[in-house]
Amino acid sequence: MSALLEVRDLFKTYGTGDTATRVLRGLNLRLEAGEMAALLGPSGSGKSTLLTILGTLTKPTSGSFVMLGNDMIAAGDKELTDFRNAHIGFVFQFHNLLPDFTALENVVFPSAVREGRETPAARARGRDLLTRMGLADRINFPTANLSGGQKQRVAVARALMNSPELVLADEPTGNLDRASAMQVMDLIGQINRDEGTTFLISTHDDKIAGLCQRQIVVGDGVVTG
Amino acid sequence: MLYALKIATRYLTANKAQTALLVTGVAVGVFIFIFMSALIGGLAEFILSRTVGDISHVTIEAEFDDPPLLISPRGHVLVVAERGRTRTATLTEAATWLPLIEAVPGVKAVSPQITGAGFLTRGAQVAQVSVTGVEPGRESAILDLDGYMVEGEARLGSGLIVLGRELADDLALTIGQTLRVQSANGVTAALTLSGIFDTGNGGMDGARAFTSLSTARTLFAMPQGVTRIEIKLGELNAADATAQRIRAMTGLDAVPWTDGAEQLMEALNAQAQTGYFLKTFALITIVIGVASALLLSTYRRRPEIGIMRAMGAGRRFVIFVFVAQGALIGLMGGVTGAALGYVALLPFPSRDAFEAGTLPMDITQGSYGLAITLTVIGAILASILPARSAARVEPVTAIGQ
Repeated sequence: MSALLEVRDLFKTYGTGDTATRVLRGLNLRLEAGEMAALLGPSGSGKSTLLTILGTLTKPTSGSFVMLGNDMIAAGDKELTDFRNAHIGFVFQFHNLLPDFTALENVVFPSAVREGRETPAARARGRDLLTRMGLADRINFPTANLSGGQKQRVAVARALMNSPELVLADEPTGNLDRASAMQVMDLIGQINRDEGTTFLISTHDDKIAGLCQRQIVVGDGVVTG
Repeated sequence: MLYALKIATRYLTANKAQTALLVTGVAVGVFIFIFMSALIGGLAEFILSRTVGDISHVTIEAEFDDPPLLISPRGHVLVVAERGRTRTATLTEAATWLPLIEAVPGVKAVSPQITGAGFLTRGAQVAQVSVTGVEPGRESAILDLDGYMVEGEARLGSGLIVLGRELADDLALTIGQTLRVQSANGVTAALTLSGIFDTGNGGMDGARAFTSLSTARTLFAMPQGVTRIEIKLGELNAADATAQRIRAMTGLDAVPWTDGAEQLMEALNAQAQTGYFLKTFALITIVIGVASALLLSTYRRRPEIGIMRAMGAGRRFVIFVFVAQGALIGLMGGVTGAALGYVALLPFPSRDAFEAGTLPMDITQGSYGLAITLTVIGAILASILPARSAARVEPVTAIGQ
């Protein structure tokens, strides 16, 4: 396996002066292409902050971050936006779908933003992804009419739309019942095996973490195990 | 950007009640804009038609030649030349210019005239009048004499005269009676009253008499030429330009009606300025309404904007989504308001049929296209601030909200 991304001496501090909070304290991490890794650690350990940095949604205070050979620290907002669209998918705890759009429109969104329109090819892939997620009969449903588990599966399909190399999932099953959580994890595992997509899943759930090939434990802003 | 337009449309249709309310607010502003345009424009037309509708729009008068000053070669001589009241300057080559003037674009009618002062005598009664000789067939070219006739007709054949009602009443004249007219030149003629008009203007009805051009030629001892040429235009506001054109073409001293009508023009300008203020306030209301509604929408949709940004939507994309919403609201409100304005103005009489006591609304001056264009531009400008605010949303902070 080759390195998909690598971060070194990553520091992230929120605020300044007396109110400054140091969340990451020299974190080092290397993620191989095709890995399915769980990110574990107590609340406040820096898991979510690490995910937002790896997702290029925020920049570290200091340190290096290289992904697919690109220096993500030096890149500007426009470059990061385009990079995110092409190479990174997100699954959030609260699905975060666009409420006024159908399941298919949500899934197609990342492609439509890049192409400037919903292309027939994108719609075909969107239908295919939703079918694989077991939502063939919910394709044109408004997302408001879907259950929590269904919404999360739509979110997984959306994350995969542009065939990203990396999918970052922040507590993807944290808001689901056990059956729905297992269904979502089965799908993630299947895509990881079939398409070689790298997954980094932040979770508090040991059973969910056990489904991953690797467990990365974060504590006090560094990788502890 | 087609996709951003789709999202903008979806946002507007997602909350139909709020969008309908917003569009209604914009439409009301546009309605006021159009109503004010039609009212101010109609009022100006009404005032102009009542004040200068029956007068010459461009007048050419013969220029007086000053008497030559003769200076003795042996020394200076001071000469005081007094203009006699009976002395009349003439446009001797008027017949040459008439076809040229008639061919000038915008000229509706041309009336060569001989004017002068005179006295009407009937028995022991004498009245001072201003006599105007016009060509038969052109009686209503400038003043709508036909339209103002209350007795007889505006026929100005040889030996006939038409008077105002006040003057006829003062002299107790009826149609068909004969009266004597003596011009300031001392020529006397016996004329038959063929018509009585009533314009509602005391100065006109009590002191004007119309005869044929040939009768006036005899009265004022003017074997050739005319004293003035009156020109009626299709468009009142073109008077200055047309007068300038005629001056350049003929070399004659063509004077537009606006010369000497400064007070009227100032009043009309003040009225127009009032209209501009009211229309500007209507536009400002639209801009503030759209801006505040979109700003609220920006705050309400912060999490969604964060998701879009996380999925790879750039700041320009987000800006376009909100600007497109503003443009669509402006367009829908503008078209709705313009349509409502048009429908509301339909019951008012047309500009040619204004009557005293009614609002002189002119449906043709609603400025519909301008109202829609300014509204769309205003709504786009109003959406820039919310759009920029939306584009500044940081995905990390917004997604968690």
